Amino acid sequence: MMAGLVIEVKNLRTNRGGQTIHRDLDMQIGAGEIIGLVGGSGSGKTTLLRVVIGLDAPESGTVRLFGIDPLYAERQKRLAMQRRFGTLFQAGALFSALSVFDNVALPLRELRILDKRLIRDLVMLKLHMVEIEPVHAGKMPAELSGGMIKRVALARALALDPELLVLDEPTAGLDPDRSRSFVKLVKSLSSQHGLTVFMVTHDVNTLTTLATRIAVLAEGRIVADGPLDEVKQNTHPFIASFFGTAQPLPQPT
Amino acid sequence: MSPATVQLHTTGAGERVVMLSGDWTLTALAPVIGRAFKALESASADPTLKWDFRQIETLDSTGGLLIWRAWGGDRRSSTQFKKEHAAIFERIAAVPPVQATRWFPDLLAPLVFLGRRESRFFEHVLAIVTLVGMLVQDAFYLLVRPRQFPWRELSATIYKAGAMAMPVTALVGFLIGVVLSYLTADTLKAYGAGVYIVNLLGISIIRELGPLLVAILLAGRSGSAMTAQIGVMRVTEEIDAMITMGISPISRLVLPKVIGMAIAMPLVSIWAIAAALLGGALAAKAQLGISVIYFLGSLPKAVALDNLWIAAVKTLAFGMAIALISCHFGLRTKPNTESVSNSITTSVVAAITVVILLDAVFAIMFRNLGFE
Repeated sequence: MMAGLVIEVKNLRTNRGGQTIHRDLDMQIGAGEIIGLVGGSGSGKTTLLRVVIGLDAPESGTVRLFGIDPLYAERQKRLAMQRRFGTLFQAGALFSALSVFDNVALPLRELRILDKRLIRDLVMLKLHMVEIEPVHAGKMPAELSGGMIKRVALARALALDPELLVLDEPTAGLDPDRSRSFVKLVKSLSSQHGLTVFMVTHDVNTLTTLATRIAVLAEGRIVADGPLDEVKQNTHPFIASFFGTAQPLPQPT
Repeated sequence: MSPATVQLHTTGAGERVVMLSGDWTLTALAPVIGRAFKALESASADPTLKWDFRQIETLDSTGGLLIWRAWGGDRRSSTQFKKEHAAIFERIAAVPPVQATRWFPDLLAPLVFLGRRESRFFEHVLAIVTLVGMLVQDAFYLLVRPRQFPWRELSATIYKAGAMAMPVTALVGFLIGVVLSYLTADTLKAYGAGVYIVNLLGISIIRELGPLLVAILLAGRSGSAMTAQIGVMRVTEEIDAMITMGISPISRLVLPKVIGMAIAMPLVSIWAIAAALLGGALAAKAQLGISVIYFLGSLPKAVALDNLWIAAVKTLAFGMAIALISCHFGLRTKPNTESVSNSITTSVVAAITVVILLDAVFAIMFRNLGFE
């Protein structure tokens, strides 16, 4: 795998509805890193994520994903780049007209080089990785629980064995047991394949056990960036309250 | 990236080993996947061979599965791995095998299909009757509590389905009037019956064409919009949210649409009739030299007033039917995008069919009315 930067954001400025969301935002993510992006509600975490993967256009500044402009690069280049990352959307974004199996199979079929049996085996493997039993493969997304939708969406994001995984609130709506196995899965993938992960999360547990680096988004820029222990030392009010409330509350007696 | 290769080596000890090297990933394999699988398959034919994966640079689940499939079973015991690659095969081995389900042709399938359609038709009829019942119930409930009546929604329906539809219905009506007048003028002139164009256009447009034209236009225009609105609300669980807040979706969504269409349809159809008659009169002036003043002046004598009442009654019924059917299919939408599009298609087709059926019924009911 190409060593170096997977995501590079420089001097990013984004406006949404007449408001400036990011100003002079810089961020770099290297291969193999697991970076957790935290920030208050409405601080622009999801917008940043959308800009990085090329869904929204920035006002100014440069965004590079695998060294390629996700919005304006040549079509073939962009397509090849888009196959190198998988995205897990907050609400899953499964295709509601397709079954679980077909949802995961879709990116594989789009390549048009794999035969039916290999696609089937790959889909079953990915579903097994996210602990979806084969009996659920024929179900429609509407018949699934919220947690299952998340896991199927993760299986779909993993379908092409991506080098980068972009996750928006990956463990929200999962029970503690499933979020632990999610953390385990991502950890093992990252150690075996050098998977890079860029995730937005509120779950302190996921952050502390999974992320190798934490970036804090506040006031439109990254106010702290580094390993957990380092970020915790930061005296920014948001950081203090974020990790402060994460401590277990004293039990009333 | 280095290409994936399969090589057969003989070690010093005389052991024959299949050596794989290079990148065994989806992106690297993509252009050569068929050849790679063939090479693996022919190597797997000999079960005594040992395998060596230590030269593989990167391996992902596609590469792993390809190898596993060529093996036709578990051969990890005769294989040497890099440590990180062993986990991939572990994961593959852990997947429970899929039971291949065999497909049998069902000889009775066409019959089952027919029966299902039949029963579904009656299901729809029953559901629409139920909907009407619920509507009447809610209407009585609101009759006593007029403050709770969804006035805003009613006026929105009249505006959207009525006022907004005025330009298109006028245009279509006008053109139909022109065409009809233009096509019949020659024949009438040949018999020296040019003045009867007033009777011909008056009766056909007021009694039949105007109402039907508007009904079909509005079924496509407003009916589809209603089904889409309610269908999407179903998908996003907005209807469930309404119910939990104690707001009846029948009285908030369906009732104003049915009443609104019942009010808007007759008005729009009279508007379209006027446009069609104007178009007809202008074409008659051009073709037959009948002045517009004469055309309009002789209309009341040529066409009995009853015809206008028939048009109003008909369009009122058409409007209610379109709204009812659209809401019915909207409410039956299942929470997925495919179902929304199916609902809209079926709803428009059903609405237009029902309108034409109703029209036939009215034609028989009013056969003695409106002719001199």
